[in-house]
Amino acid sequence: MSEGGHWLTLFGRLNLRAFPFVRAWEDPTVSELIGAFAGALVVVGAFALVALLTWQRWWGRLFRDWLTSLDHKKIGIMYVVLAGVMLSRALVEAVLMRAQQSLAVDAPGIVAPEHFAQLFSTHGTIMIFFMAMPFLTGLINYVVPLQIGARDVAFPLLNSISLMLTAGGAGLVMISLAVGEFSTGGWSGYPPYTGKAFQPGVGPDYWIWAITLASLGTTMSGINIAATVYKKRCPGLHLTRMPLFCWTALCTAILMIFATPPLTLATALLALDRYLDFHVFTNDLGGNMMNYVNLFWLFGHPEVYILILPAFGVFSEVISAFSSKELYGYKSLAVATMAIGVLSFTVWLHHFFTMGQSADVNAVFGIATMTISIPTGVKIYNWIWTMFRGEVRFTAPMLFALAFIVTFVLGGLTGIMLAIPPIDYVVHNTVFLVAHFHNMLIPGLLYGMIAGYLYWFPKAFGFRLSEVWGKIAFGCWVSGFYLAFMPLYVLGLGGMARRSQALFEPDYRPWLLVAVCGAFLLLAGLVSLFVQLWVSVRDRDVNRVPVGDPWDARSLEWSVSAPPPEYNFATIPQVDRLDPFYWRKERGEAYRRPERYDDIVMPRNSWVGPLVGLTATVCAFGLVWHIGWLSILGFLGIWIPVVARSFVRDIHRTIPASEVEATDRRWLDRAHTVQPVPRERETEPANLGLARPFPPQVPV
Amino acid sequence: MSARAGEPQLRHVGLNLLDTDALEPGEAATGLYGFWLFLMSDAILFALLFAIYGTQLTATAGAPGPQDAFKIGPTFVETLILLTSSLTFGLASIALKYDRGRTGLVLWLSVTLTLGIAFLGFEIGDFRTMFADGATPDRSGFLSAFFALVPTHGLHVAAGCLWIVVMLAQIAVFGTDARFKLNLLKLGLFWHLLDIVWIAIFSVVYLQGTLA
Repeated sequence: MSEGGHWLTLFGRLNLRAFPFVRAWEDPTVSELIGAFAGALVVVGAFALVALLTWQRWWGRLFRDWLTSLDHKKIGIMYVVLAGVMLSRALVEAVLMRAQQSLAVDAPGIVAPEHFAQLFSTHGTIMIFFMAMPFLTGLINYVVPLQIGARDVAFPLLNSISLMLTAGGAGLVMISLAVGEFSTGGWSGYPPYTGKAFQPGVGPDYWIWAITLASLGTTMSGINIAATVYKKRCPGLHLTRMPLFCWTALCTAILMIFATPPLTLATALLALDRYLDFHVFTNDLGGNMMNYVNLFWLFGHPEVYILILPAFGVFSEVISAFSSKELYGYKSLAVATMAIGVLSFTVWLHHFFTMGQSADVNAVFGIATMTISIPTGVKIYNWIWTMFRGEVRFTAPMLFALAFIVTFVLGGLTGIMLAIPPIDYVVHNTVFLVAHFHNMLIPGLLYGMIAGYLYWFPKAFGFRLSEVWGKIAFGCWVSGFYLAFMPLYVLGLGGMARRSQALFEPDYRPWLLVAVCGAFLLLAGLVSLFVQLWVSVRDRDVNRVPVGDPWDARSLEWSVSAPPPEYNFATIPQVDRLDPFYWRKERGEAYRRPERYDDIVMPRNSWVGPLVGLTATVCAFGLVWHIGWLSILGFLGIWIPVVARSFVRDIHRTIPASEVEATDRRWLDRAHTVQPVPRERETEPANLGLARPFPPQVPV
Repeated sequence: MSARAGEPQLRHVGLNLLDTDALEPGEAATGLYGFWLFLMSDAILFALLFAIYGTQLTATAGAPGPQDAFKIGPTFVETLILLTSSLTFGLASIALKYDRGRTGLVLWLSVTLTLGIAFLGFEIGDFRTMFADGATPDRSGFLSAFFALVPTHGLHVAAGCLWIVVMLAQIAVFGTDARFKLNLLKLGLFWHLLDIVWIAIFSVVYLQGTLA
């Protein structure tokens, strides 16, 4: 075998030019230097993390307490951490793109066209698949079992595998910064542009395998969440007594099960085109790219509701808790959620009105699209009526909920405009569309996730987050959003094409400058959240809420200590109505000692999740670089722990009743000795997590 | 939620689960329910592959079309083999249900495995014939759609065969304990779903392709 042949066998397509540092050395333009800097951040960050773990001797704890844990609460937290890391990267990329456009009016700017295309591809891919999805999956994971009175999800091991596959996909996107390049085909990756004929490099392959890992993880998460909600509810918790967040989680799970397979299939078929010379989506020999577009949006539109519904659930919980009122129109909210779930499968074609269907087909899908605004409108009114004559407290999560209501309605109105095919023909592929979907997803997803994070953080970690920094973050996220995206509506109507690296219309400049200021404000919002975390951890001793109910809230997750014990509930609760914990408090029945305690059986830790995630990532990396032996090794590596696990019978461990009793008694004693706080003082250090009941209105 | 004392906790056809079996309350029901959900998402995958195949029927681009590429004879044999394997899997389930000792169970599982492997052998033979006739996926959109759909089913059957091997090993190690019973029932659902998908493939792809 020749020299080159050996290299090909061992390293596939990998060579020195794959590293951005080498490229920047050879061609030191600003664009290449930015790329090299980003790659260096990944490498330095990885080394710093390893050094920190070694120096603090945290490796054992990391694996024992976190990575191998099957506890739904820890898995939920790990999902949210992953989302936070990826959000930071994708937001910085957004600022870079805004900066580029504001500088590149009749000028080259700082980022080369190829680099700019990678930026918008990674920004979209990360924000959807590696920020939004992990964030909402994490919140659902943490909260739903607690809300339904369960000790864990239906399939704890599957949960760990889902997390690790998603993390593996995110890892691939990070690796692409330091080794090779990413796709330039946008987050939707339309062929034939992402096919071999137009992009023979590794970029689209990184995209394909990152998405494939994430989509497999998502399908399994959906199965897990649906089975949990259907099968693990505590006695008396009928579907119609579930907190609304559980309804939205259920609907999201159903959408995940049915809408993710089209995505998995789309990326797999694109991989067949690229690797085995298939002609599923190519330009020539009978390939049909419209099949890709249909598959992608068969996933993509329900995905919008996968993203938005959990945020709706969070807002329902937050608004109800901080207005101290039962959700107005609970049943109509549940029905509206399910209606949105069904309708979400009937509108996918509005993503490509301009791609050659007849006017009649477009009209049908346009009308179906507008129909979705009916159940959504129902929800908006329900939230407003929930606040009406409630005891509303303007805490940080509540402020995000209010900003959401106003902002989301605006975005919905531009959505109705885009649903009209003739208007869509005029503004399609302009930044008007970019403004629209950011106007839906920033309030309709990100505000919701941030609100959920602020709202449930004291439950998860036992201390409240700084209100001041929460409000600063709120100010930045909201003003930043309006400054960054309202100009894009104007620019879009003025004809500015999306994804443009350079612009040649001087009139755009003022609007672009406003938008870049907004982008920096959004970045300041993210930084404020990190500062808030830092400050709150520092001051945690004065903000502890050990009894576990800092907001005088209503559902079962608040009826246990903060943080909750591993098994969530010392005894499985019985439920007799909606908002069970609130009414238990009103009747003076909360914090009672159970008559007896039983042994509790919990799943043991498992290495299967991390091993599957690691080997799947290795396999994907081998496939990206055409390193045959590595991908085969990785693929086999996925199945070895899975099969081996099926031979392990000792998968549970028992927590003795005496230990459960001791822990529970300690917590109950505390609940009976600390001073309850009234709602208006809930953000003060006096709040130890025990709410003073309001003059009781016991239902008859 | 909790079972009344003295009654079997849960019964599923072909499972013979008893109070004495070491399972968490509701574990059988939850596990099977989750597996049904997985099968639904898998069914969607196949439905979409069929849809793509349907749109690509005429996209032959000068390469062999259905009439030239398919041979109905071997695929008919494959159909008989796979349908028989579902019958033998059913017999294995019955052997487990009536607790007639391990011999019947192992025997019928082994027959199912053999039939599964035979099916794969015939199918690979089919593909070799097609390749020899110049019907390869890189020649047309139609053949690409075919080679996306039918081998996906084949890969599923191969996975099912491996799963049977694992099950046979588990009988040797653990006997028929509760977890084995649950896994065998899930494997059964999987195997029968593949049979249903194959019936669709035989009708839509092969019968329609050769008789049209």
